[in-house]
Amino acid sequence: MSKHVVVIGGGVAGLEAAGRLSREGLDVSLLEKDSITGGHLNRWFKLFPDRRDSSEVKDYLEGLTHANNVKLFTNVTIEKLNRDKDHFSVLTNDGKELIADAVVVATGFDLFKSSRKEEYGYGIYDNVITSADLEDMFRKGEITAADGTVPKKIGIVHCVGSRDEKAGNLYCSKLCCVTAVKQAIEIREHYPESTLFCFYMDMRMGGAYYEEMYREAQEVWSVNFIRGKVSEASETIDKKVVIKVEDTLAGRPLKMTLDLLILMAGMEMSEGGIKLAGLAGLKTGDNRFFEATDHHFGSNKSNVEGLFYAGTCTSPMNITETISHARAAVSEVVDYLKNS
Amino acid sequence: MQFDPFVIPFNIGLNFILLYTVIRCVVWFRGLSRADKLRMQRGFFGTPFAQSLREIFLESLLHRKILKTNFRLGYMHMSLAFGWFLLIFFGTIEADVFGTRHLNAPYRAIFFRFFNPEHGRMGFESVYGFLMDLILAFVLSGLFLAIIKRFYSRIVGMKKTTRLKPSDKVALTALWLIFPSRLLAESFTCGAYGTGSFLTGTLGSWLASFLPAQQLAYPFWWLYSLSLGTFFILLPVTRYMHIPTELFLIFMRNSGIKTGDKTGSYSEVEVFSCSSCGICIDTCQLNTSAGITNIQSAYLMKAIRNNSNVAEIAHNCLMCGRCDQVCPVGIELSPIRMIQRRAGENDIAYKNTYKDYFRTRQITASEKPDISPVYNFLPEVNPDKADVLYFAGCMTHLTPSIKNSMVRILEASGLNYKFIDEDGGACCGRPLMLAGQDREARELINYNSQLIWKSGAQTLVTSCPICYKVFRESYYLDVEVLHHSQFIKNLIDEDIVKLNFLRKRVVYHTPCDLGRGSGVYNEPKEVLTHISRLEKSKFEDDKSLCCGGSLANMKIGSQKRSLIARDAAAELTRTSPDILATACPLCKKTFSSATTTRVADIAELVAEALIVSSVKRSTNKKIFSAKELAAIS
Repeated sequence: MSKHVVVIGGGVAGLEAAGRLSREGLDVSLLEKDSITGGHLNRWFKLFPDRRDSSEVKDYLEGLTHANNVKLFTNVTIEKLNRDKDHFSVLTNDGKELIADAVVVATGFDLFKSSRKEEYGYGIYDNVITSADLEDMFRKGEITAADGTVPKKIGIVHCVGSRDEKAGNLYCSKLCCVTAVKQAIEIREHYPESTLFCFYMDMRMGGAYYEEMYREAQEVWSVNFIRGKVSEASETIDKKVVIKVEDTLAGRPLKMTLDLLILMAGMEMSEGGIKLAGLAGLKTGDNRFFEATDHHFGSNKSNVEGLFYAGTCTSPMNITETISHARAAVSEVVDYLKNS
Repeated sequence: MQFDPFVIPFNIGLNFILLYTVIRCVVWFRGLSRADKLRMQRGFFGTPFAQSLREIFLESLLHRKILKTNFRLGYMHMSLAFGWFLLIFFGTIEADVFGTRHLNAPYRAIFFRFFNPEHGRMGFESVYGFLMDLILAFVLSGLFLAIIKRFYSRIVGMKKTTRLKPSDKVALTALWLIFPSRLLAESFTCGAYGTGSFLTGTLGSWLASFLPAQQLAYPFWWLYSLSLGTFFILLPVTRYMHIPTELFLIFMRNSGIKTGDKTGSYSEVEVFSCSSCGICIDTCQLNTSAGITNIQSAYLMKAIRNNSNVAEIAHNCLMCGRCDQVCPVGIELSPIRMIQRRAGENDIAYKNTYKDYFRTRQITASEKPDISPVYNFLPEVNPDKADVLYFAGCMTHLTPSIKNSMVRILEASGLNYKFIDEDGGACCGRPLMLAGQDREARELINYNSQLIWKSGAQTLVTSCPICYKVFRESYYLDVEVLHHSQFIKNLIDEDIVKLNFLRKRVVYHTPCDLGRGSGVYNEPKEVLTHISRLEKSKFEDDKSLCCGGSLANMKIGSQKRSLIARDAAAELTRTSPDILATACPLCKKTFSSATTTRVADIAELVAEALIVSSVKRSTNKKIFSAKELAAIS
């Protein structure tokens, strides 16, 4: 009889891990809290750096799970996760109890709730949106201000909820810079007459072809990059957004009226992950992400034997890194089951 | 012959401490301003004197305030102070009535048993002896608690107790020895003569049954006298100086003297009146939530007395004022802390001489050499005339939902108002004041004052309690300053705005600067009662918690603040209300990231409840956008 592995979370890491584990001949159950799998891929339209359609990646991942007969449970949350002797018992909200020999946690991340940075006015001012809202607009093919008009002057705020002591997140979410560059280019392609400003603390372009995109944004698309953090936003009577920001390179304060302000929300440990940490007694770090037993050679291992992590539930990662991390988790699970 | 050499240490000590106290009080009195001297002189012949006697009895002897907050701790203090007082009082009467002559020297009362070993055999004498034993037992029970507290503070209901310096420890040992040595000395004497009541008599006859009581009594009388003498001699350089100083403080306070904003005799008397009871430590959220246990007011008083590390301690405080509320001595702790902040890092506040027994007056903060204006880049503004001014303040600009709500309320009121810092204005000055930068703050105060004068307004409304406090206390304005909760209360009372009932369960958090800082407790709660189901928390009014976001602390980082915020939010939302309401943009911002319960300013809730009249509705068609509704719900 083949051993049973439960994978928690049906996003990029969960799908990859489930598909691969199944291919290894294991009996795999994939639990997803939403009605569909794919996680954050469902919200993103085009992916950096090559701007391919996100559905291509999703199709690959879902194809992998279908081909390998992964048992999928959607609309499922976990109520209990206990380890008894050599197996796990996973109790779900619909009353099912799954007995597993190993568990892969792939609960992923949540986007930082931008309304927590009230000074930027998300949820208060009509023309303040997040990077995720903008992706929805890309998908629909129409990028407009709240009143349906074409935005001419657009601002992008980096590091919303990242590297922000007051928001309680000291870490860098890694992907918002490149997302901003990608989105700035996409807006300029869509509206060549628009003017774009990116307000950044540092440009962190640490990925294959990221720096090239950044260069392209400046040279080809004339995106203005201003080093400085937006301190606050307010709204004019005609619903334009006025921002206050310091240009730290020029050393002067700026005040700017914009038609649209886009907030690059950072990545945070998911609420589901925090709940699971409490249920299963999993260690979390100061940044609230799951803490693996070793940074260098144990990044999939948890403090509970037989329970492994995959993907962004341990730290911010891009899709490439997430898939690699999920594959690493698979090899850890296989090793573990072979030796137990 | 009613004398023995063993009384000499006691006599020296007593005479020393009496003389010292008188001199010290005279020095303090001379240091007062002329007005305060007159206050004291007038107070001496007026009702303040009677008030002081009453307060001394209730607080210095009975320790009523400590009894109210913590019974076990209060009992400990009461049994030591009141018990000792009774022992002296009835001892003096005993010596006077039963002694060989009247008007005895104090030592004859204190060591009455030694000189009258045969006393108390029968009748009234034995009843009186019973009384004296009872009082001694009362004192000893307190001492027993004190010793336990020193080692296991939790037993007397204290989580933390103050740490001691070496002279304190010697004095403490002397103090601890006083009553047990009296007990043993009296017991041995009683044992030898077969006298004494239930305590000294019983213990005495038991000890005499196997020990040479006659011979052992004398060394214990020496020990008793020595421990008293040592305690008195050390008293001025230890925290026990609070015993005589507090009496002087009570009298000064009842004469109407206040701490003010500079060091002076009164603040020095306050500093010496702190008994280091440690009640402020248990109240301080920096201790209970953030685990910082060396900066509380008791430690500040100690640091000022010892002149060490004052600036570091003075700046590490949320200035929430919770300790001011619970201090059983009634020391104005926050004003004293502010004085120390103003003094700056390098100015020596006190100079010690004569091994701490006397200290020269403090050296006041040196004049800052650079007196050129700092904020002369601020543009000159000529505001439009208006009846009501709205000053949102920096923090409200960072919480636009409050700002927008206030604009809607002001629009609905139909009053002729002007939003003076709509496009950003100058800071109210309080953050600078809290950092001890008064001169720079004054520049901003002058700038804003001009703006307000020029507008010709009668009312100034502010959304931020931090601004509110400074506008009321440090501006010289001819306008009525209102916090928006008070302003809204007036609008409701005068039927200017009409509000729906929101059917939400609300818990109200009193912001520090609005409540304890400015005494505004009821208006926000009355407004909330008008529009919602207001529920009580454990931390109402002057007991309210600090959100942890306070601008006043210059030392702690976001992590510690977040610990305080989470604890406070958890306490306030214990009954799972729909909304945690507050009346301060900073509290709102801090709590928002500390709880999943919705946090809202009172202005937001009022704006939600607002019934806009049909005429207005046509102009303000869209009261809420879909997004705002989403953000609200």
